[in-house]
Amino acid sequence: MSDRQLRFVDEYRRPELVASVTREIERLSAGRTVRIMEVCGGHTHSIYRHGLEDLLPASIDLVHGPGCPVCVIPMGRIDDAIAIARQPDVIFTTFGDMMRVPSSGGSLLDAKAEGADVRFVYSPLDALKVARDTPDRPVVFFAIGFETTAPSTAATLLRAREERLENFFIFCNHVTIVPAVKAILDSPGMQIDGFVGPGHVCTIIGLRPFEFVPARYNRPVAISGFEPTDILQSILMILQQQARGAATVENQYARVVRRDGNRRALELIAETMELRPYFEWRGLGFISHSALKLKPEFAAWDAEARFEVPGVRVADPKACQCGEVLKGVLKPWECRVFGTACTPETPIGTCMVSPEGACAAYFTYGRHSLINRAAEGRKAGVP
Amino acid sequence: MSRETGHSLAAQVDRLGRAQVARRERPVLREARITLSHGSGGKASRNLIDGLIAPALGMEDALTQVDSVILPVTTGRIAFTTDTYVVSPLFFPGGDIGSLAVHGTINDLAMTGARPLALSLGFILEEGLEVEVLRRVLASIAAASAAAGVRIQTGDTKVVPRGKADALFINTSGVGLVAEHLTLSPAGAVPGDRVLLSGSVGEHGIAVMLAREALEIEADIRSDSAALHGLAAAVLEAAPGTRCLKDPTRGGVATSLNEIARAAGTGIAIEEERIRVLPEVRGACEILGLDPLHIANEGKLLAIVPPEQAAAALAAMRAHPLGRDAAIIGEVLDQPGDMVVLRTEAGGSRVLDMLVGDPLPRIC
Repeated sequence: MSDRQLRFVDEYRRPELVASVTREIERLSAGRTVRIMEVCGGHTHSIYRHGLEDLLPASIDLVHGPGCPVCVIPMGRIDDAIAIARQPDVIFTTFGDMMRVPSSGGSLLDAKAEGADVRFVYSPLDALKVARDTPDRPVVFFAIGFETTAPSTAATLLRAREERLENFFIFCNHVTIVPAVKAILDSPGMQIDGFVGPGHVCTIIGLRPFEFVPARYNRPVAISGFEPTDILQSILMILQQQARGAATVENQYARVVRRDGNRRALELIAETMELRPYFEWRGLGFISHSALKLKPEFAAWDAEARFEVPGVRVADPKACQCGEVLKGVLKPWECRVFGTACTPETPIGTCMVSPEGACAAYFTYGRHSLINRAAEGRKAGVP
Repeated sequence: MSRETGHSLAAQVDRLGRAQVARRERPVLREARITLSHGSGGKASRNLIDGLIAPALGMEDALTQVDSVILPVTTGRIAFTTDTYVVSPLFFPGGDIGSLAVHGTINDLAMTGARPLALSLGFILEEGLEVEVLRRVLASIAAASAAAGVRIQTGDTKVVPRGKADALFINTSGVGLVAEHLTLSPAGAVPGDRVLLSGSVGEHGIAVMLAREALEIEADIRSDSAALHGLAAAVLEAAPGTRCLKDPTRGGVATSLNEIARAAGTGIAIEEERIRVLPEVRGACEILGLDPLHIANEGKLLAIVPPEQAAAALAAMRAHPLGRDAAIIGEVLDQPGDMVVLRTEAGGSRVLDMLVGDPLPRIC
């Protein structure tokens, strides 16, 4: 794509390497169907962005998991966010993706158009800067994400305390991935044969939290990077484990992920946050000990303590089948409203909002192979 | 002129006469900041327009006094376009709101095959704007218009209260002449046509984004803002059968190609490895999760050319300073209709869709 190579990117996109891995995948999966869930939304995005489904043999059935932070936020929490954003003088800061997620009455983008001061930021530290620059107004940061982003929220919170900022608040919606994976493994009719594990989350939490998957459920796990050859190699590792009759947690992303994760980051989370007894996940329902809230000693910076929020559970729109998609029961295009009533411009469900959401990724990047397959009645090749 | 000072009637007449002469002299803008009176239409407005704007642009006095300019037309047809510029920040590496306003409107004309004749310039200024900032923008407009050989022929200035605009907005309209035989239209693309791109993509959007202080990414990326009428004319001369030209601005190459595919009812397939992206732009896009094909350009040209003229068009692009890195990046297909497909470097393929939402508001 350019004259000069981009290190740590281009070497993982080389077509000849891709071809040799896919040949081996084809050999090891011949004559059967292997269902592999990529847990992380970053993997879903990468699979579609690079057209990997076209390169994989039909025997590999990729199931898109719940690891998209935007997708799993339940509608009631968006209602709460909008209620906070509408309070007098509040400056509500959020990652751009969250702006378009529908609540029971419009999105944050709609609230902004109606006069709420909603601003998008790229990191919690940007939100902290807004608070520093406007000391007379409350500034709220909409914290979302898995263990990958929780440490930066924690570090920002500690910085706010150190600077004695009294107008900075965190609306904490951080979730933890392991209970969600366990909920999927325990769900009736579960048909997943192996997991491509979330590389970025494991950078923080290490490999150990996933060891229960092979130990208790006898399913292989390969913790994966995000470039095309990373993901393909992880799929191959899962097949090789199966061929050996083994099930372990393998670390494909060893250039980044350490066995014990990032101790300092884990300490930051432990210092500032604690597990909620339960938290609602979109599509998966209430999962115990699956989310984080600020510890009581940080109540002065906790938006849930400072602002009145409705805090009610809102049922998803009837037509929306994000829950089934997040559990891997339905493919994105099997949803009743996929591509018709629900599109990236006018999303009904969260899976259509984030570029990491299975539906948005499929709508944006993947339709072509489906059309090809339908037209030719076979697995699509290069057009 | 009181009796106490003892001035005579003759002295009074003399004073009034001198004041009358002074009034006829060129007005001077003395203030350091724009005030609401500069938008009043009265004397302060004249000071701003005739004391700063018109001389900066080399406009004759007569032009600022008339309600519209009269342009002679010979043969051909008129192309007429308008565009408004609200970019933030006003100055960024590789350009500013002034040069962008000149280039953008010239490019809109050039994409229809028009030879640009004249531009208008409408300012909306925020009360409190430093005149020095306006002076810099005017100098940039003058330089861009001189370099492009297209003059500012008419204009307008309004001032709005502080907080009702962000420093300075510009609207430029442009008229150009289109040769009698020439009809460029995205609907004219037919299967087999080649897709040409004049150079690397994504620099403008990323340069503006990085110029905003919120993102602390340091990279030497300059906007590609440039007037494309010369390059467009060179392509049309070398490849008279050219179906359409497009400058991939907001929404990037992906959005422009989708517009062509939908207008023509065809498919378009492009090769990721043939699209040049500077390593700095790629790096910034990888960090921010953006696709360079969705990022705006302000000095790039897409051309859809029949296959037998593609080599000539490519050679003409490469011979022009703005098209040195031009490449044939893909082809128009009959299937799949209304859709753009990207063959990825990894060897897969995917749909390349239009941009949804706005990752970078206010980039032009």
